[in-house]
Amino acid sequence: MKTFKIGGIHPAENKFSKSNAIEEFPLPKVGTVLLQQNLGAPSTPIVQKGDYVKVGQLIGKAEAVICANVHSPFSGTVKSIEPVVDALGFKKNAVVIEVQGDEWDESIDRSPELKEEITLSKKEIIDRIKECGIVGLGGACFPAHVKYMLPPDKKVDYLLVNAAECEPYITVDHRLMLENADKCIIGIKALLIASGAPKALIGIEANKPDAIKHFKELTANIPEIEIIPLKPKYPQGAEKQLIKALTGREVPNGKLPIEVGVIVNNISTCHAVYYAVQKNRPLIETFLTVTGKTLQTRKNYRVRLGTPVQEILDTVTIPEGIGKVIAGGPMMGKAMSNLNCYTVKGMSSLLLMDEKESKRAEVTACLRCGKCVYGCPMGLQPVLIATLSEKGRWEDCEANGIMNCCECGSCSFTCPAARPLTDFIRLGKSKTGAMIRSRSQKK
Amino acid sequence: MHINLILSAALILGVIGLLAAIILYFVSKAFYVHEDPRIDIVCDLLPGANCGGCGFAGCRAMAETLVNNNSMEGCSCPSASAATIQKIAEALGIDSVIMEPKIAVVRCNGTCENAPAKVLYDSAVSCAFATSIFAGESACVFGCLGCGDCVKACPFDAIAINPETKMPVVDEEKCVGCGKCVANCPRSIIELRLKGKMNRRVFVSCVNKEKGAAAKKNCSVACIGCGKCAKVCPFEAITVENSLAYIDYQKCKLCRKCVSECPTGAICAVNFPAPKATETAEQPATEN
Repeated sequence: MKTFKIGGIHPAENKFSKSNAIEEFPLPKVGTVLLQQNLGAPSTPIVQKGDYVKVGQLIGKAEAVICANVHSPFSGTVKSIEPVVDALGFKKNAVVIEVQGDEWDESIDRSPELKEEITLSKKEIIDRIKECGIVGLGGACFPAHVKYMLPPDKKVDYLLVNAAECEPYITVDHRLMLENADKCIIGIKALLIASGAPKALIGIEANKPDAIKHFKELTANIPEIEIIPLKPKYPQGAEKQLIKALTGREVPNGKLPIEVGVIVNNISTCHAVYYAVQKNRPLIETFLTVTGKTLQTRKNYRVRLGTPVQEILDTVTIPEGIGKVIAGGPMMGKAMSNLNCYTVKGMSSLLLMDEKESKRAEVTACLRCGKCVYGCPMGLQPVLIATLSEKGRWEDCEANGIMNCCECGSCSFTCPAARPLTDFIRLGKSKTGAMIRSRSQKK
Repeated sequence: MHINLILSAALILGVIGLLAAIILYFVSKAFYVHEDPRIDIVCDLLPGANCGGCGFAGCRAMAETLVNNNSMEGCSCPSASAATIQKIAEALGIDSVIMEPKIAVVRCNGTCENAPAKVLYDSAVSCAFATSIFAGESACVFGCLGCGDCVKACPFDAIAINPETKMPVVDEEKCVGCGKCVANCPRSIIELRLKGKMNRRVFVSCVNKEKGAAAKKNCSVACIGCGKCAKVCPFEAITVENSLAYIDYQKCKLCRKCVSECPTGAICAVNFPAPKATETAEQPATEN
């Protein structure tokens, strides 16, 4: 079975919620929509206090290049535009809406029928993705249309669809594949047109045999889409590892996938693209797994953006002894220090980890065992770059490839001495990146 | 036969050794680096900590610059005592320039009691890392994180984290005001301020730029930017900008009127005698 060759680890899958069908989460009374729900710059608010907005109406306009539009997930009156505290305790600007009813913008097609035929041209599809504020829903939230704005000399051989969902616990992509496979496939067809690629490869980890079977059935008569099962291994869903496993191609250091003729999109993004292209529906919701080892009830929700996270947590009985609430998975997710925050684009899971599992072991001295080097999927030496980063030696960090780190967390996971490797490498990446940027600015 | 072998071996080695010695003697004379002997003298007098507080790459670099400039203008060692500076000036035959001593001041009083922790941080013990991933245990995004980047940076062992308050404490005897902790604090909480007459200082122990209500929510001794201190100061030493008061240490005359006016107790007065029993106003005389 196809896989990536270097490194990788096997954390426990814990996909407890894989049989829970997606439920629609009810509308809150007050919605708080952050103006920055993407990597890059925040959007500029174009509504004011007192305005009445409809579902799908543009409320935050993208003015920079790496920026995405933000649309209202609710109908109601704008209460205020003010800074609110996000999941990490930082203040971010948001539009606060007093929710009244569920009135949708007239331009959105709300019919439930599946629209199979794609009538938009390549340019129209890319523009539609931009207008609808679609961002990469694999977690990075990069504005999706930017990936398709290619220089004329770059050709795309393959569109790769990331349906690996390699993070433990998270099951929303799996459920989307079982329940909304038809929509995902039409979204993929739209992206094939947008990229000009002749073929799409969908990589699904073999721990989802039902999804693989279902997709194979649906694409039996679609020659341009091929389903490829992948060996379950973390981080199979990391971009460079997915490209290597599906095509055997290696993206050169510091370059993007287009360099090897490939564009990668998450399956959730493809699903959102269906709605944008076929129904003119902007991105106003997220699919969220609420899970944890000690939870009695687990959920997969379809929830509007801007919904208070506390309201979502209130729908499951929270057991005693929860140590961390993580937005995302246990490997790359962020532990929330403020639960009075709101759902944002790309929020795929609320993981409630018990204290025993979430408390880190005491840090001891490095054993020089080499497990971190063995596990690193990018072929780096985590023990070396973490220490260089701790000592503030940014030039040496750069020389040892710190900028190639994908922050997957495999090194911290395998370290028997419980050393905070990923933490220091993350710090090193940001400082080394700043040093590189200031150097190129001086030139 | 054996004696001859040993003698001839010894003789040959001896001759090689003598030749090498002669060659080395002439080479060392030819490649001799002529250095001003005063550089060595000054270097020996300097503290030798290589702390970089002078702005040069170490004590030797500083000594070279001093000797080349033949003046102490713009070239002073903050770590050296006044007596040492005097000795160096005498050795070079120049005027001594003695700067007013400065000390590192930690402008945050977010102790465990004043700014109670709402979450527990158990990631890498690094302020630079912590500040990149969350606001802080007390949720104050400007406050001290207590991971000790300042402690790691200090070459004089003059700052340490108090385990009870989880805040850094500066040792007044050891701190020379080199500024390494200031540069390493990712939130710019530490400032070099004048040590002051009789080691006394008054400063606003807060760097929170949020509006009063937001600041007070996370810390009971936050500066709320009310401006009462600025109004009462007879020397116009206090300015309020972005809901934060700042005391100019050059203008402050240590009268402490601002300390009694402050409604939250954000202003600290250090090394003053304890208030008399008749005074009811609270004087936060925390050693910072």
